[in-house]
Amino acid sequence: MSDHAHDDPITRRDALRAEALESILVEKGVVRPEVIDAIVRRYEQDIGPMNGAKAIARAWTDPAYRQRLLVDAWRAIAELGVPTGPEIAPLVVVENTAAVHNVVVCTLCSCYPGSLLGLPPSWYKSPSYRARVVREPRTVLREMGLEVPPRVEIRVWDSSAEVRYMVLPERPAGSEGWPEERLAALVTRDAMIGVARPEPARLAHG
Amino acid sequence: MHGFGPVAVEPDEPVFHAPWEGRVLAMLFQAVGFGWTNIDAFRHAIERMNPVAYLTVGYYGRWLESLERVLVEAGVLAPGEVDARLEGRRPPPAPLPESLPHPVSGYERTADVPPRFAPGQPVRARNLNPAGHTRLARYLRGKRGVIHRVHGAFVFPDTNAHGRGEHAQHLYGVRFDAGELWGADAEPSAAVHVDLFEDYLEPA
Repeated sequence: MSDHAHDDPITRRDALRAEALESILVEKGVVRPEVIDAIVRRYEQDIGPMNGAKAIARAWTDPAYRQRLLVDAWRAIAELGVPTGPEIAPLVVVENTAAVHNVVVCTLCSCYPGSLLGLPPSWYKSPSYRARVVREPRTVLREMGLEVPPRVEIRVWDSSAEVRYMVLPERPAGSEGWPEERLAALVTRDAMIGVARPEPARLAHG
Repeated sequence: MHGFGPVAVEPDEPVFHAPWEGRVLAMLFQAVGFGWTNIDAFRHAIERMNPVAYLTVGYYGRWLESLERVLVEAGVLAPGEVDARLEGRRPPPAPLPESLPHPVSGYERTADVPPRFAPGQPVRARNLNPAGHTRLARYLRGKRGVIHRVHGAFVFPDTNAHGRGEHAQHLYGVRFDAGELWGADAEPSAAVHVDLFEDYLEPA
């Protein structure tokens, strides 16, 4: 309900209004068009879940790195030399274990570790996800294809301030001995939000 | 609010669905980054949208309307200036406010006082219902939780959104059991962890 096809009237209206707003702000020197271009390019090309996935794969293979990632996430991520956005918000990495499953939401808006995972998907920003996952996380996860066993506690992280959260998923069985790069390919954006699990079968068949 | 139905997942979703969405995002980032407005004022502008529009214009539709609104309120845009441009008129631009831009860096600050609460301490989210902006979600008000983390001091959105200063204060990670939040309707074995400012909390 929150998305529109390119050619619908609301989108056409907004496209024109955004253009008018940009032309005024550029004339006033409030925004610079080349900076707009650079920001758009960065989000379309450089920043995305592959950056977070590198940190997860390293944590799976290097226990000391895992510890650093859990204690001081930005510092540990800086070790990897991946491009990220402006790191103005602190980042906390929360680990899934046999006893705890973590899932991230922002009920008040759509806060998200965008500088590491790229911009949030539409479903993360949807009223449905934001309203429901705090109240019935197990049901929402099941609907999204993730069955969390009843003995596993679900922790929902509602990022209502400027601290951002990323999930460190469990390393899946069947990935023993895999090199870091292959492991990173298992780690999806959804797994780092906590609504999916890394699945070795996904790669084997893909 | 309820009744939104299942979470709709769009397969292979593009970063932006139309070029203007990316340009609105980048305009907002500059408006905030260069200090023409701040993120809290922007969020409050979104919250003041007509509720029907909020739910129907889409994510970047909300951003577009609220960016314009917050820049009008800051005096960066004159009221009706964008409408005039859309109609092909170009009235002489109003001068920019002398107080702007006012760039600040990030949200983390130092606090003048030590944290009032410590990890493990039971707390209650106060039952606050301010007319303006707050980051104390309604579903937490009056509920009991436990401090699990002391994050440091951060800009207080409730004042910063209204141009009343940063008033940095301690921020806490608070754990609420699902049963406390949702009563008998809670799912078993679940908890919500939320970051809350010191002024939102009282000892329990």
